[in-house]
Amino acid sequence: MKTTTTKHWLWSLPVVALLGLLSYGCSSNGELGSSAEAAQQVYVAPGEHDEFYGFFSGGYNGQLGVYGLPSGRHLFTIPVFSQAAVNGYGYSEETKAMFQTTDGFVPWGDAHHPELSQTNGETDGRWVFINENNTPRIARIGLDDFKTQEIIEIPNSAGNHASSFVTPNTEYVSAATRFSIPMDEEDLSNMDVSIDTYKENFKGTISFIKVNEEGKMNIDFQIMMPGFNYDLSHAGKGPSDGWSFFTSYNSEQANTLLEINASKNDKDFIAAINWEKAAEYAREGEGKVIPGKHYRNYIDHEEGGIAKSELIEEVRVLDPRELEGLVYFLPTPKSPHGVDVDPTGQYIVAGGKLSTVIPVHSFAKMEEAIANENFEGEVMGIPVLNYDSILHGEVQNPGLGPLHTEFDGNGYAYTTAFISSEIVKWDIEKTEVVDRIDVYYSPGHLMIPGGDSQNPDGKYLVALNKITKDRYLPTGPEMFHSAQLIDISGDKMKLLLDFPTEGEPHYAQGITADKVIKEQKRYYDLSENGHPRATTSEKQTRVERDGNEVHVYMTTIRSHFTPDNIEGIKVGDEVYFHVTNLEQDWDVPHGFAIKGANNAELLIMPGETLTLKWEPKKVGVFPFYCTDFCSALHQEMSGYIRVSPANSSTEITYGTGQ
Amino acid sequence: MAVASLILILVYFFPIWSISMEAPQYPEGMGMNISVNNIEGKEPQHLQNINGLNHYIGMKEITPESIPELKIMPYIFGFLIVSGLGIALWGNRTWVLIWLGLFVLFAIGGLVDFYLWGYDYGHNLDPNAPIKVPGMTYQPPLIGSKQLLNINATSLPHIGFYIALVSMSIATTVWWTSSKK
Repeated sequence: MKTTTTKHWLWSLPVVALLGLLSYGCSSNGELGSSAEAAQQVYVAPGEHDEFYGFFSGGYNGQLGVYGLPSGRHLFTIPVFSQAAVNGYGYSEETKAMFQTTDGFVPWGDAHHPELSQTNGETDGRWVFINENNTPRIARIGLDDFKTQEIIEIPNSAGNHASSFVTPNTEYVSAATRFSIPMDEEDLSNMDVSIDTYKENFKGTISFIKVNEEGKMNIDFQIMMPGFNYDLSHAGKGPSDGWSFFTSYNSEQANTLLEINASKNDKDFIAAINWEKAAEYAREGEGKVIPGKHYRNYIDHEEGGIAKSELIEEVRVLDPRELEGLVYFLPTPKSPHGVDVDPTGQYIVAGGKLSTVIPVHSFAKMEEAIANENFEGEVMGIPVLNYDSILHGEVQNPGLGPLHTEFDGNGYAYTTAFISSEIVKWDIEKTEVVDRIDVYYSPGHLMIPGGDSQNPDGKYLVALNKITKDRYLPTGPEMFHSAQLIDISGDKMKLLLDFPTEGEPHYAQGITADKVIKEQKRYYDLSENGHPRATTSEKQTRVERDGNEVHVYMTTIRSHFTPDNIEGIKVGDEVYFHVTNLEQDWDVPHGFAIKGANNAELLIMPGETLTLKWEPKKVGVFPFYCTDFCSALHQEMSGYIRVSPANSSTEITYGTGQ
Repeated sequence: MAVASLILILVYFFPIWSISMEAPQYPEGMGMNISVNNIEGKEPQHLQNINGLNHYIGMKEITPESIPELKIMPYIFGFLIVSGLGIALWGNRTWVLIWLGLFVLFAIGGLVDFYLWGYDYGHNLDPNAPIKVPGMTYQPPLIGSKQLLNINATSLPHIGFYIALVSMSIATTVWWTSSKK
């Protein structure tokens, strides 16, 4: 008995060996001739600059990470939706308003999809937009100073996931609700109803936010949609310009255990929205204007860069049941996640995450099917087109769990396969896989600089992996996510570099550095500082009491504060330090920190004024100091503030150098 | 001769002298330009930044207001232009020579004055300065480069000075050619 088993086992040995050999021979997996070759490709010599900027969403850190490519160097983190103690964003009096919502002050956000502004379908380096998924908002970040300039709240939405994608001339940035909620038929207000009335009461909305020349955002219109989950989006371009495409899942309209109950239908939908037509309807005053309170927070550059909040009361809603030609459903297998339009604008690619193929819709066929009214049904007044009549082709064997696709501009598409942990390169015309490469591990989005525009830079691809495990030195249970840089300039993809990324990058955008560098600000011109509490010279510094409010008008310059000795503050006072950085030199910020502050520090850029509120609770003398090593005498850059009992009669006095 | 005078009008539009500074923290350098009536940063913020650095060694603040010569210089050039034009119309060889002599004297005087200001700024330091290096003074070179602590200062004539030289050479040529007649 025993011998037989051994024999059997021995017999299988050569097979195993052969299999091993075979897989060794086949698994190119983008291995390079040598790692030295890869190192050379990503090496950016000291003092040299990267070729591309990469803007990686920070996911649950709420911010936007800036990376250099191909080096993978982390250059900066732009605070957007989360308070940032690092520089006082969201803590300083000037920036608190950026966090205003109809739910009050929301100090955290979930940043998902950055999207660069475009002109003629190409990235132009003016702004980057990014959506907040949790409390629906869209931010606009200026690429001249890498600061958040504006945040607009999206009403009638819950979970702003399919956002923030721009049209080819940044006419609009779009948003769509990930979670449908019960909405009143008349005014779309959220309803106090049982959750299991989902099918009856729950609805979604898709919003189009107009962006003007200066970047100012306002919600032009919302489109009422069936109660599905809207997941991702991309605008059409070229021939499909004027349209936008949104994936949906949960066409089953389940409200519990979605992983099972929302995975039943073989096909869900891509919603094709004719935004040009919708904009026309809106201009003509179609639809209805309903209450839809939402905040627009913006940096007022006329007034010293102070953030202001504006409450907007109403919003225009268009109903596809009443307005013809607004929305069409493209049946798409299965629970599609990403939807991406190729650079020519002819093909619409869906990442059906439970699908065994990648469906590619043809825009021309879609138009034809609409013209011929080749519909197979209707959902909430929205015609459902016939799948076969709009299909360009299906990519067979695309890997398991296809999610997102980007393009190289040379006729190829690259799709991430989450479950099989690979990137698959395929020919768009032939819908045939031509190459594949393993990534580590489980890619979500991927990014090619300009890869969702009409003019991609098809040199590098970045895989944004969701699982890190053993790729770096371990840092306990929690780790940064892992990005991987892949060379796509040749026929075969080549893995070049791993680099850790902060938070959880979802989508990312890349742009040639030249487009961004030319408009860079190095400091704010002091003579243009319009802050009402700025002190643009040491002569203007002063301390003023107004009841229990004390305003300290303070300046910083290497290496002292003016004033640096302050007396006459009392317990129970509200002290506002309005600190103006008098420096006019690149990269000379000063910090301001005071003992016991319940908020954060200030990091004040040259020429800028920021305000920290401090409420002293104890009697004594408290130091404050500069937190940024600004100069050789940085350690000397400090001061004292004397706090007397509430009932004391200590007069306000102040000065420096007496 | 008229050309020699008129070309001097250009001096009003270009700096005469420039001092450039390089330091590890200033990879792109900074500097100041001295013109007939002003002293200013090569970029708007440079003068403020130079003064900011200088205060550590106790150097007086460099401002156009503190140097009265900048108010006189435009008139000197004005005088040279007007008198030169006068000589072109009515003058003779001797007047050209006198004009040239005055011009050269002014130039030498200007350079001596520039040296004295440099000496004053470099030596007359605030005794309370945070950075005091025994024996160290900070006079910029009149012409050429000099390492002053972490800063390498280079002082060189600028376009305005060369224009003055051209003007002088034209006047010299006028004088020379007219002598041969």
